[in-house]
Amino acid sequence: MTNDLTIAKALNQALRTAMEEDSKVLLFGEDIGKLGGVFRVTDELHKDFGDHRVLDSPLAESGIVGTAIGLAMRGYRPVLEIQFDGFVFPAFDQIISQLAKVHRRTNGSVKLPITIRIPYGGGIGAVEHHSESPETFFTHIPGLRVLTPSDPQSAYSCLLSAIRSNDPVIFFEPKRRYWDKGFVDRTESPVDPWRARIVRTGSDVTVVAYGPMVKTALQAANASEYSLEVIDLQSLSPLDDRSIADSVERTGRLVIVHEAPGNLGLGAEIAARIGKSCFYTLEAPIERVTGYDIPYPPSKLEEHYLPDHDRILVAVDSAMEA
Amino acid sequence: MTTAPQPQNPAVQLLTPEGELVTHESYSLDLTHAQYKSLYREMVFVRRLDQEATALQRQGELGLWASSLGQEAAQVGSAFALEKNDFAFPTYREHGVAWMRGVDPMKIMEVYRGISNGGWDPLEHRCNSYTIVIGNQVLNGVGYAMGCTLDQSEDAVITYFGDGATAQGDVNEGFVFASTFDAPVVFFCQNNQWAISQPSEKFVKTPIYKRADGFGFPGVLVDGNDILAVIAVTKAALDRARSGAGPTLIEAFTYRMGAHTTSDDPTRYRHENDLQNWKLRDPIERLKVMLARNGIADRNFFDAIDIDADAWAHTLRAAVRSMGEPAPESIFDNVYADSHEALDAQRAAFLDYHEGFADSGVQS
Repeated sequence: MTNDLTIAKALNQALRTAMEEDSKVLLFGEDIGKLGGVFRVTDELHKDFGDHRVLDSPLAESGIVGTAIGLAMRGYRPVLEIQFDGFVFPAFDQIISQLAKVHRRTNGSVKLPITIRIPYGGGIGAVEHHSESPETFFTHIPGLRVLTPSDPQSAYSCLLSAIRSNDPVIFFEPKRRYWDKGFVDRTESPVDPWRARIVRTGSDVTVVAYGPMVKTALQAANASEYSLEVIDLQSLSPLDDRSIADSVERTGRLVIVHEAPGNLGLGAEIAARIGKSCFYTLEAPIERVTGYDIPYPPSKLEEHYLPDHDRILVAVDSAMEA
Repeated sequence: MTTAPQPQNPAVQLLTPEGELVTHESYSLDLTHAQYKSLYREMVFVRRLDQEATALQRQGELGLWASSLGQEAAQVGSAFALEKNDFAFPTYREHGVAWMRGVDPMKIMEVYRGISNGGWDPLEHRCNSYTIVIGNQVLNGVGYAMGCTLDQSEDAVITYFGDGATAQGDVNEGFVFASTFDAPVVFFCQNNQWAISQPSEKFVKTPIYKRADGFGFPGVLVDGNDILAVIAVTKAALDRARSGAGPTLIEAFTYRMGAHTTSDDPTRYRHENDLQNWKLRDPIERLKVMLARNGIADRNFFDAIDIDADAWAHTLRAAVRSMGEPAPESIFDNVYADSHEALDAQRAAFLDYHEGFADSGVQS
């Protein structure tokens, strides 16, 4: 049996592992039962675990999150699927007003170990509301943790950690990378999801990316005349800025890449933190390569919105020539 | 001049506003004399709590208070119907429910004094923290009830909300989810007829209890100021839930005799005559008349309870006024369940900052 899995299959395997190790883990979401979810991430799990572990929900996102809070109060560990990024907003109220605050409000009595899986990002030629990158809304909220994997190994390790976490975790899945294949070690956890990891070493410029943009950053590193160190954040909240700073201490240059609009995006926070901690090491202004500050465009135009490796290379050149 | 809307037929009633016991074709209640007297005592104490808290807010001891005045029968009666292991999901006005679930009123005071956002431990009392965002708790309660089903237990849930909340998506999604999963939950709507300044007749075009039809479960209208009818109807709905038959919507028709909160001024939007009309339907008075008329209790009993309640209120007031405050650095506590280095670092920096003022004698 090969250990090469797609990201979708690695996520599926992580769900299976979590359900096998803890009978309180249950899956809840739209069309996740017999259909296996619109991206098939829950494929076969309904058949193998049954109606009481894999529950098809009515078509109402606030209802999914709101009832999951009650299930967690009853001792369950729900893993929710929001079908697409742009459909999480009806659940925003329950996430912000209840999910993120209940542990604090109850002085630690009520734990809400809920994972909310959300396929996110563009590049699949979809209609409106199916290509968004809303992660910053959640990283801004105390009480939530936010994870996003970039390859099959991190998908497997991050999702298991999210489910095992006693805190609510918003788990963003890079939907256009669902079918990318890679090696997955399931015997141990070689990846610490709460730490940024260096996915390619280099000496000239540190390129920080996460989720779908990690692959794009690696493409840029392959094409660049300079030596790029590519960092995959994995955890967007908390943010592992120490690992970024360690890298920037060596390279002296930083380019941050994300699909979400640049204005007040994660790049701004990272730039502020690294601007302070690496002020005397930086040899060039910190560069950001992000989506534009516009609503996500129609699919025929999305290539102009999405950061690609050329835009990263321009930013790298700019950093090198500063 | 407007007159107070009366509960339409078929509001279930077992005790008339005049204190007469009446029968109902579907609902009855058999309580001991001791239980009747106990219910009276609970309602008097809940009203005294409300009165004291309102005064404490006026004196600057509480930041805010949401009055439960006039809704004692709906709250005490519905909570009386619960079993120990059932779980209640209140709004911020259900002081009678919290009281009946054994929550220390000082913990309620903590919330309105600004000491804590939750007060009590929901799991200990099987009574959720007060939920302030209108309607959120309905979905949380339905989810808890779904868990009861998955556990194959006989526990049931009651979730509270007002007439205003029936406009919220979460309440309607709660109806759908409960119906889909046959969740053992009782939706207890206190129609107190006012969503702050908006009369419910303006946004309730179909009686609230009738909406249950559209979601596929029964709805029942009860005189919310008749504690006996409230108990009977709630018990029946809880029994139905436990049997696996699914949810029930109860509309308890009552009246918010006070303001929305201490920040509100109802004289701007409603007529004084309304209040006078509803005083004639007072939930405590009608039980008192019944107890006296049937020889269950006498004047000595009522006077003794009043004296007890006053003495207790004095103790409560003193305790509120001398309530301590948590340590400043506790603002960082319990944001996360698992360890969180970044927040630990913020706490340490916060303590360092305050420590810096220690030598100078300057108040930070």
